Amino acid sequence: MMRSRRIILFFVSMTALLIGWQMLVNFGNFPRFILPSPGDVLKRFFEVVQDGSLMRHIATTLKEVISGLALGVSFATVLGYLIAKSRSIERLLAPYIVASQSVPLVAIAPLLVIWFGPGLISKVLIAALIVFFPVLVNTVVGVRAVPEDLHALMRSLQATRWQTLRMLEIPAALPVFFGGLRVGATLAVIGAVVGEFVGADSGLGFLINVGRGLYDTALVFVAVFVLISIALILYGLVVGLEVRLLAWQRRAED
Amino acid sequence: MNLLKSEPILSVQNLSAVFSDGNGDLQALDELSFSVQRQEFVCVIGPSGCGKSTLLRILGGLLQPTRGSVTFRGELLTGPRRGVGFVFQNSNLMPWRSVFDNICLPLEVQNASVSEIGSRVQELVDLVGLDGFENWLPRDLSGGMAQRVAIARALVHDPDVLLLDEPFGALDALTREQMGDELLRVAMHASGDGIPRKTIIMVTHAISEAIFLADRVLVLSPRPGTIRMDVPIDLPRPRQEQMRYTQKFGDLAKRLREAIG
Repeated sequence: MMRSRRIILFFVSMTALLIGWQMLVNFGNFPRFILPSPGDVLKRFFEVVQDGSLMRHIATTLKEVISGLALGVSFATVLGYLIAKSRSIERLLAPYIVASQSVPLVAIAPLLVIWFGPGLISKVLIAALIVFFPVLVNTVVGVRAVPEDLHALMRSLQATRWQTLRMLEIPAALPVFFGGLRVGATLAVIGAVVGEFVGADSGLGFLINVGRGLYDTALVFVAVFVLISIALILYGLVVGLEVRLLAWQRRAED
Repeated sequence: MNLLKSEPILSVQNLSAVFSDGNGDLQALDELSFSVQRQEFVCVIGPSGCGKSTLLRILGGLLQPTRGSVTFRGELLTGPRRGVGFVFQNSNLMPWRSVFDNICLPLEVQNASVSEIGSRVQELVDLVGLDGFENWLPRDLSGGMAQRVAIARALVHDPDVLLLDEPFGALDALTREQMGDELLRVAMHASGDGIPRKTIIMVTHAISEAIFLADRVLVLSPRPGTIRMDVPIDLPRPRQEQMRYTQKFGDLAKRLREAIG
């Protein structure tokens, strides 16, 4: 019931958006290289699908996004756990982590491309960097929020460190952790595209750059829409995983 | 009666606990000494903030005393021990675990085999009357049911000693009395179910609850907590509901109330 209504609402809003867009093109008299019509974009989409180039660019960007996300999440989780457990590690690392967040990623991206070349590695690192912070913060908050009495319970049972991690800390921190992962998943897409803007020979960010250079505005639109879809699908996957793993929580939200 | 018994299972000598917070030191307990016999049910009562919970945590090995010592089964207590079950103020269940999985936690920590866990947990589920609720999550349980789960969890690994920290404090008066009966049935007189009688130390601030349940009541003074009175409760067992309304019960209540001050 709720689900079908959501889908209907989505289609209504999409249709309204497309009609508005088409009307803007018709009445505004914009040239195609300024604002292509939905039909132009769709046509361009099928062209790049047919010649196989879109798939190649999608594959490149996806590889960067997934690897960057995996790398960023792994590092952030491990470091976040250590920071949550040890005040001295926190005091040691916190200034650097906060400082790193005040430098805009677009300023670091060229450096990484210079150091690691225009290939996969530099993009993965940029994506990982942008994913890192929200996941780290949520890991720290999640692990610190584990109730003290449950820790006391585990201690009274003489649980080992590993048992406490597995039976208490991970499940207890998971809800907050997933908040960070949701944000991280969409940020990873941004990170990969930023990297591709700076220097790349394939990928959706590269495709946007090409389209801009040729005034092939329809192609830019195609790349942007594909990027939005990737981010949405990734977000959906994270939410899906969250719903599965945190079934015990769902009742509270309804 | 106590004279016949051998050495105490738990003995506390000159126990003091001092905590330092930001504003200096806070003395929670001051020079406590007492001992608990095997299979004895001792209640500790006192005004709030008198260090009752601190005392219980020290007995459970969760906190270290500043001075003095605790001897458990003839050995100096230095940390948590197997053979002790802990019931906390709130039910303290893991919200992501079902009733069954919460109860089996202690066995899981002890790496018991799956078959052993299955039968033992089912035994406890039946004992505390939660048959049919095995797959429920804590959020769907009432306060009384959740506390039953907590008691089952504390008993599942068959400890000799049960430490209860105001276990029924969050329950309404009626449920509270019921749970007291339950506790006696489950932990003290359940030999028919194959569970040996436990040694129980319970912190509470309810005088009538203490009298109804315990063999002995220790009254703590306001902070820093010292033992103000050690009152044997010579009501016959099994305890019955109507005992609550006898002259003797009333006299004991009056004595304890005056001792708390």
